[in-house]
Formats: sequence, structure tokens, C-alpha cells
Amino acid sequence: MTAMQHDPAYNFAYLDEQTKRMIRRALLKALAIPGYQVPFASREMPMPYGWGTGGVQVTAACLTPEDRLKVIDQGADDTTNAVSIRKFFERTAGVETTEHTTESTIIQTRHRIPEAPLTEGQILVYQVPIPEPLRFLEPRETETRKMHALEEYGLMYVKLYEDIAHNGAISTAYAYPVKVEGRYVMDPSPIPKFDNPRLESAAIQLFGAGREQRIYAVPPHTQVVSLDFEDHPFEASKADHDCDLCGCGTSYLDEVIVDDAGGRMFVCSDTDFCAGRRAEGHSGRLSGEDAA
Amino acid sequence: MTPLLQVTGLTRHYGTRLGCGDVSFDLWPGEVMGIVGESGSGKSTLLNCLAGHQAPDAGQVIFDTRSDGPVDTVTMSEPARRMLGRTDWAFVHQNARDGLRMGVSAGANVGERLMAVGARHYGDIRAQAVDWLGRVEIAEDRVDDRPRAFSGGMQQRLQIARNLVTGPRLVFMDEPTGGLDVSVQARLLDLLRGLVREMGLSAIIVTHDLAVVRLLADRLMVMKSGHVVETGLTDQVLDDPQHGYTQLLVSSVLQV
Amino acid sequence: MKMIELADVSKSFVLHNQGSAVIPVMAGAALSVRPGECVALVGNSGAGKSTLMRMIYGNYLCNAGRIVVGGLDVARAEPREILRMRREVLGYVSQFLRVVPRVPTLDVVAEPVLAAGGAHEVAEARARGLLARLNVPERLWSLSPTTFSGGEQQRVNIARGFAHAFPAMLLDEPTASLDATNRAVVLELISEAKARGAAIVGIFHDAAAREAVCDREIDVSAFAPGLAA
Repeated sequence: MTAMQHDPAYNFAYLDEQTKRMIRRALLKALAIPGYQVPFASREMPMPYGWGTGGVQVTAACLTPEDRLKVIDQGADDTTNAVSIRKFFERTAGVETTEHTTESTIIQTRHRIPEAPLTEGQILVYQVPIPEPLRFLEPRETETRKMHALEEYGLMYVKLYEDIAHNGAISTAYAYPVKVEGRYVMDPSPIPKFDNPRLESAAIQLFGAGREQRIYAVPPHTQVVSLDFEDHPFEASKADHDCDLCGCGTSYLDEVIVDDAGGRMFVCSDTDFCAGRRAEGHSGRLSGEDAA
Repeated sequence: MTPLLQVTGLTRHYGTRLGCGDVSFDLWPGEVMGIVGESGSGKSTLLNCLAGHQAPDAGQVIFDTRSDGPVDTVTMSEPARRMLGRTDWAFVHQNARDGLRMGVSAGANVGERLMAVGARHYGDIRAQAVDWLGRVEIAEDRVDDRPRAFSGGMQQRLQIARNLVTGPRLVFMDEPTGGLDVSVQARLLDLLRGLVREMGLSAIIVTHDLAVVRLLADRLMVMKSGHVVETGLTDQVLDDPQHGYTQLLVSSVLQV
Repeated sequence: MKMIELADVSKSFVLHNQGSAVIPVMAGAALSVRPGECVALVGNSGAGKSTLMRMIYGNYLCNAGRIVVGGLDVARAEPREILRMRREVLGYVSQFLRVVPRVPTLDVVAEPVLAAGGAHEVAEARARGLLARLNVPERLWSLSPTTFSGGEQQRVNIARGFAHAFPAMLLDEPTASLDATNRAVVLELISEAKARGAAIVGIFHDAAAREAVCDREIDVSAFAPGLAA
């Protein structure tokens, strides 16, 4: 756990107070209408679009000096994106940061939900590239808004139908569409569909799309149902292996190519979770070697 | 028996210019009505006002709904009107690209309407899609191909299958055979006639092709400059036209 | 009882694109036909035989008068009423076959029976019987008649016209361009229709045919506009 000094050249958490208020209003509205995409006046951030500008603005609006921030990118705390966003808030907000899911109060994530169950009081902030689940089939924003307003979600099933028709099964593996509280169809951001069941959570889940200027939310203990067909039910799939480092058989795995001869290993994508298990003495197939 | 559609005083302006003016008629169940007239005569405006794609400035379009009986579709709520558009109504566009999703398979194109009204069983949806492709003479092995890979005539037949799969009672068609070559047109007309008869459909067909209406339509409405100038039984209007414009229209057709 | 009854029917054509010329073609036409009766329309070419027939069928409008077929006043009826009459009451054998391309001959002939509400098997059996009687070779039945010779088309047209047992019929030159054998078949068909009570109005240029089946002649020259005025 590290605490940094807040760089006084910046307002707390980079954004000015009026902007944070504007974003908080959008967040409150999003929480009041679970799954509904609330437009907000996304700001230019000191990083490129696609690097989490939406998530960063939401995090900035939620952050207090007492918070402990965790940032993950595809489950890992130590990748470039995660490290730079963590540094950004250490410098502009001076908040404590952590790599431990259980110790954090706010987690900004790209493409994963942590393995450890989240609890009440925690906030999970997602970075969202394309918030509109209907976008790939219906390019007109006016039309997709109308479809949400009138609950015309037949089109969403067209995508799943195409999956089955071409691949024999619903092959959508990430950004798998869900229906929130029986009303709005929502893109849960590109998390693997393995994580979909954990969208029903005790934590507050906030979604920020900076380039597309949309915020949406899933309040704690909200019903989130993955769309499917009666004869092709939803399945939260993962690679059929155990973690080669910690031996866990139930966590989401990354496949890592380790040589030019087809050698590979599977490791937990959630680095904190994996490290925690190893610290507790669990081990996997390759844990004796220095795999990394 | 009540009319399926009762239209009174339907009027639509574009600024100061008249799109269509004071159009009134009844359409009875099982009737096929043709609307003919030259380009700009207001027939497409009328069709779009009838089908709820454009809001008329004045007038009523009363549709005899299955659940609630006659309802004015001009003043009904938009969700209810869009619901009609996926259930009791169908719209066949002149350009199949306007009526199809070009990026998804033929099966998904047909299945979309079923999914839009709540079908959630993949096997059933696919079986119905295959059945309908067969009815419009598209081979079963094309079910997973995208419409991009289809000929113009096949695209148009696919559009018809996509529209009719939910068993609509009223079909709007805007130049359904326009842009197709003659032999393909004949096949399509034959198909449409069969489907209209078999399903007891009512239809309103806008076209400038008098041969098409002679084969498909029971009744005819002739439009000029936004107004209806003549109505009647199709063969009567074509063989014994009363209005000067209709006489001109009929005598302008090239004989083959 | 009258099946077809015309009273005081007049008709003129207005040619709007030729200086609004008004061409009166008929005035004061009257006619009545009982069930089982066959009436021939006679008169010179251009006297208005076809016009009168087309008015009875609802194909031409009439300007004044009454045209009652099976209780329906064609001159005032709604399109859908005329269509129902054409499906159920009044058959018409025209001189030319007009069909949707690509439809097989057998279906073309069976269609009026289906339209009148007949069962599919009944319609097909009826169509087969008529085509056989009219000597249309069976190998042609599955083809569209659009490619047939004139005589073959005419026989298909007659088979179609007689497929449904209409209580009233209009026949426009039914024996034209037929050989002796087929002409005899057509006359038989007409006699059979009369025998089951059909009221028939026909145009026959073939005097012998007219003699054979018609009970009365009506000279339409009598309805020329000049005379009635």
C-alpha cells in the first residue's frame, strides 16, 4: 500500500469540481435507471481515447481522499495501462493505491471483474469502448435509442442467432449482452462472458465510455440476466484447464505461449487472486519453475 | 364485416407543396388495391402516411386491429404503431437493401421479425425461416448466406419472406418489382399472387407499372398531382378509363 | 325469374385527350335472360356487342340504366361486390387468354373453382376432365399456356371458363379458331351449362353454332344511340 503526495498543481483527481458534479449527476441518474445509457459531457483527458478516458472520469468523480484505489487491465495490476492510470491518480489525487481487491474501495477495470467477491461499499468502474450493444446491427443512434425506449430487443437476438447459425453455438465470448433488472439491454463492456454471472454483485458498478460520452450503471444486488435462447442457454465458459501457477480450477485463465515449439501455459488472469492463492500455499503444474 | 382499413381525408404537405391531398378509401379484408400514377404524383407519400412512416398533416387511418378493433393509427402511440409494423403490417420496399439487413444471414433476416415478437427458441426460429425461404423459392442451403450474395430477384423474395413470416394482415408494397428484369418480375408477381390468395392478405401496392396492377390488384386508385383522380375495379379503370389523365396513362403504355 | 336483366342502359366514351370528343355508343339497351336460356347478341361489327357484354361483366362503366346479374346491380356495385359476382355468379369466356406467366395450364384452368371456394381435388379433377375433353394434350398441362398456339390457348381459355358451374355466363366467340371436333365439344359444354340452368349471353359469328345452342337473338343495332333518341 502506497500513499503519494497530491501534486498541488492539479485540482483533486485532475477534473475541476464543476465537471465532477456534472459526472456525479449523470452517475446518480444512471444508478436510478439501471442499464440506461446517460449522456454526459466527456472531457479531454491527458491520455488517448481507448485508454480508459471514460473510466478515469468516473473514477475521478467518485474518488475521495480516504479511498484506496486499485486499477487492473485484463485482470492484471502490473500492465502499462493499469500502472499509468494508478500513477495518474497517485499524483493528481494523492490517494492510497493497492493491488489487493479486498483492501480497495474503488477498482477501475478494463475487461475483467476481479475473482474475489466484491462487497458492499466497493465501487467497480469499467472502461467501455462502445456502450451501445445494438450498434453493430443498427448503425443509427436515433433508431437504437428508440429501440431501448420501446424495449424492442429482437435485434439483439439476431446477433446470437447468427453466432449459432455460423458456429453451432453462441460464440460471443466477451461483451456478452445482458438485460438489467428486466428492462434495459446493456453491453457489460468487453469482459469475458465468464464474468457475466458476477455482474450481480454487492458492489456498485459504474460504466464510463469517454469517446462515446455515455455513463451507465448497475446498482448493488440488481438482477442481470445474460441473453440466450431456450435451446441454447447461456454458458459462462473458460479454458478447460487449471492455473499452472496456483492450481485454481475455477478462475478465468490467460493462455501464455512460452516457446516457439507450441509450449504454453494457463495462468489466472487476475494477478492479485493468483498471488494470494500462492501465498496461501496452493501450487500448479509449473509453479516450481520460473515460468515468467 | 368491417373494412380492414378506413382512410379519410388523408393530407400531407411538404412546405407549401402538396404531397397528397384529401385521400379517402376503404380497404376490405382480402382486397388488393393498386395505386398508380407518374413519379411525383404523391403515391409514395400516401403509402408512407398509411404505413406510419410519415405523419400526415390531417386525416385518419383507421385499422381494424386484432385485439382492440378499429383504431386510428395516426394518433395511436408510437410503440403501438411500431408493434403493428412488426405484426399485422408488412412493408416491402422497392429496394431490397432498404428492407433487409445486408450484414446478417438470410435466416436471421427472416427470423428477426419472429425474435422481435418474442420467439426465443433457436431451433423453431430456424425451422420457420427455412420454411419461409422455401415458400419464396430460396433453397434451404442458402439460409446462412448473406443477402449480399443473392441476386436482385432473390433479395426481393427474401424481403417478402421476412415480411410475411409473422402472418401480417396488411402488406404495403412500394414498387415491389421495380428494378428487376422482366422474367424475374413475372416470377415474383406469380409468387405474390399465390401468397396473397393463400394467406388471405390485404395489400396496397404502389407502382407505375400497369401490367403489375392488372395481375395483382383487385382495385385501382389513380393519382395525379397529389390527388386521387379515379378509382374503380382494376380492369374497368384500365379498359374504360374515365379521367383524362388515366386515359393518357393507359394509352401511353407500349404494346408488345 | 331473370338471371340477367338490363334496362335502359346507355354508354358513351369521352376522349379527354382528343378534344374531349364524346362518342355515344349505346342508349336504351334492354335485355333479360332466364336460367337455362341462351341469348345471342347479333349486329354488325361495331354495333356494340362486345361493349354490352363488357358492361354486363363490369369491365365497362355504364352511364345510365340498370344491369342486374343474380340480384346485383353491376352499374352501382362496389368493386368488391363485382369481384364476388365474378367469382361466384358470372363467368366470362373472352376471346383472349390472359394469364400470369409461368403458371401451369392445369392451375390456370382449376383456378376459378378454387376462387369460388371449391376443394383442391375437385378443382383439379374438373380441370383434367375439361382439358381432356377439349383435346389439350396431357403433356402440355404442366406448362404455362403463354407459349401455346392460338387454338390451344383458346381451348385452355374455354376450359377455364367452364371449370366452375357459374349460374350465368358470357361467351365471346367461343367457337372461333377451333376445328370441327373441338367446336362440337364447346357446343356440348354450352348445352350442358344450359341444361343445369345457366343463363348465357353469347356472341357467335358462326351461324351454325348460334343455331345449335341459342334460344333467341337480340340485335344490338337497335340500341344505337341515334335510334333511341
